Amino acid sequence: MSGLSSPGSAFVFGDQIDTDLLAPGHRMKLDPDALASHCLEAVDPGFAGSVRPGDFVVAGLNFGLGSSREQAAVSLKRLGVKAVIARSFARIFWRNAINLGLPAITLAEANEIAAGDRLSLDLAGGRLTNATTGRTYGFAPFPEHLTAMMRDGGLIAHLKRVGAEAQPETGATA
Amino acid sequence: MAGARASRRRTLVEKIAARASGSVDARAGDMVTAEVDLCFAHDSSGPRRWGPMLAELGRGLWDPSKVVIASDHYVPAVDAESAAILSLTRRFAAEHGVGHFYDMEGIGHMLLAERGLVRPGMLVAGGDSHTPMAGAFGAYAAGFGATDMAAIAATGRTWLQVPATIRVEWSGRLDDGVTAKDMMLFLCRTLGMDNAFRAVEFAGPTVEAMSMPERLVLTNMAAELGAETGIVAPDATTFAWLSQAGAPVAEKDAARAWASDPEADYEAVHRFDAGALEPMIALPHSPSNSVAVGHAEGQAIDQAYIGACVGAKLEDLRMAARVLSGQRVAAGVRLLVAPASSRVTQAAAEDGTLAILLAAGATLMPSGCGACAGMGAGLLAEGEVCLSTTNRNFRGRMGHAGAEVYLGSPYSVAAAAVSGRIVDPRTLLGQRRAAA
Repeated sequence: MSGLSSPGSAFVFGDQIDTDLLAPGHRMKLDPDALASHCLEAVDPGFAGSVRPGDFVVAGLNFGLGSSREQAAVSLKRLGVKAVIARSFARIFWRNAINLGLPAITLAEANEIAAGDRLSLDLAGGRLTNATTGRTYGFAPFPEHLTAMMRDGGLIAHLKRVGAEAQPETGATA
Repeated sequence: MAGARASRRRTLVEKIAARASGSVDARAGDMVTAEVDLCFAHDSSGPRRWGPMLAELGRGLWDPSKVVIASDHYVPAVDAESAAILSLTRRFAAEHGVGHFYDMEGIGHMLLAERGLVRPGMLVAGGDSHTPMAGAFGAYAAGFGATDMAAIAATGRTWLQVPATIRVEWSGRLDDGVTAKDMMLFLCRTLGMDNAFRAVEFAGPTVEAMSMPERLVLTNMAAELGAETGIVAPDATTFAWLSQAGAPVAEKDAARAWASDPEADYEAVHRFDAGALEPMIALPHSPSNSVAVGHAEGQAIDQAYIGACVGAKLEDLRMAARVLSGQRVAAGVRLLVAPASSRVTQAAAEDGTLAILLAAGATLMPSGCGACAGMGAGLLAEGEVCLSTTNRNFRGRMGHAGAEVYLGSPYSVAAAAVSGRIVDPRTLLGQRRAAA
């Protein structure tokens, strides 16, 4: 499973991208695909229409702050976003994303990536390359229990595989 | 190494994490698998999302007696879709024997508090970002998304990275007309909203002197700081509230042990003077854009909204009534009041608060998340301006992305409703004191 993904384009956003921008509250009754068509429209009306499967969302600080609504991460996944690369994440969004198998990668140098840059990801190897600038970035690997969960395709798929008796085991219980 | 860890002075959150994970010790940064004591969700985040996942796992609820479901987001139904969500929620609660099901009785966070369901030392997992509100009872109360919550509902367990604790100490006495809400808007600017994987502990003489409803504002808006939980160590005020809620704490000495050790290993300690704090207003479109009210004064408003878990408790309605007594809402302004629970509405009716609000021209709304969550009545059109007692003002949250939402205390919202523009509520309170 290691090795670089095929390249995708970067869609770049700023700091403090909140869950109402990702999944607007007054659209929450819509089905997941319809809701996804409004993802980030308040800051980039063309985003949902132009992002393609395998592309990346790149952002600044505290991506996904606000509501616990998982639809914020679901919408990005429905649009085919390969991974979210941000300088930092809000906690609930970060958990939601990896629970769905959408990698949320913390990268201090995310602000060096420009809109349209061609990125490739090696999740297991902790490596992101920017073919446009020729730069390669390393990021801290996920804890083992979360890597295993993402490898299985998310939390529910993981629990189905290991049996619902176990949550992703951290090995830290007494 | 183990000895050094065991003798370490621990924070309250570390103690709860250790107890819940069956660990001898748990320190900030540790990954633990923890047993949840109370599991909460609402109509938007709960059954409609859990159902398919539980079916996929072939599981029911791990312990229905520890599950709380409150229908508060899509209430009352305004169309066939919201009616279907509420219907599904009712069926789920009946089929799974949910121990605590509240159907349109108020906002879940308020119900957890007013029904005495949260105890000191608990680990509470909630399918809503404002779950930290329950931390006012000395609990570790964290919000989770629907997949995490479905797994918790099925297994009673989850993984946690034990958060480091930021301690915020307040001393001094708040000026009349300055509230816990103003403290939190100040902290959103001062500490920022990027405090993920940290807990915020509120302490100091100002907090010790505070009522439970005001402490609930502190821990509720720990969510806006980005914190995993807000927390206040339990004391006589906590125990008195729980007794009144019909859930007295028998072992008070044991409950008092749910407190951080003196000089515990905090990530940071911040000290602030409550006496120097002014009413705060958050400008669009973030709680961290807060300024002293003087810098927002004169801003005209179309709507004044008193609602949400954080801003429509009985005490909040009483604050508004102090300003609105004998006054009328300004021409061209609508004042919407959505009490946090049906018990709040009833209490406000009994003590005369509601009569004052209605005489001033307020419109009484159903108890629920309403306009705050962008799902209920009271939404805004493009270009409209609202001052709201709610906890977040992200672009597009309360309706059109071109609407502008300001945040303030119930005093500030009531004062703006009367004046038609944002003003320092202390001037109106001063007039009322002089007239009295």
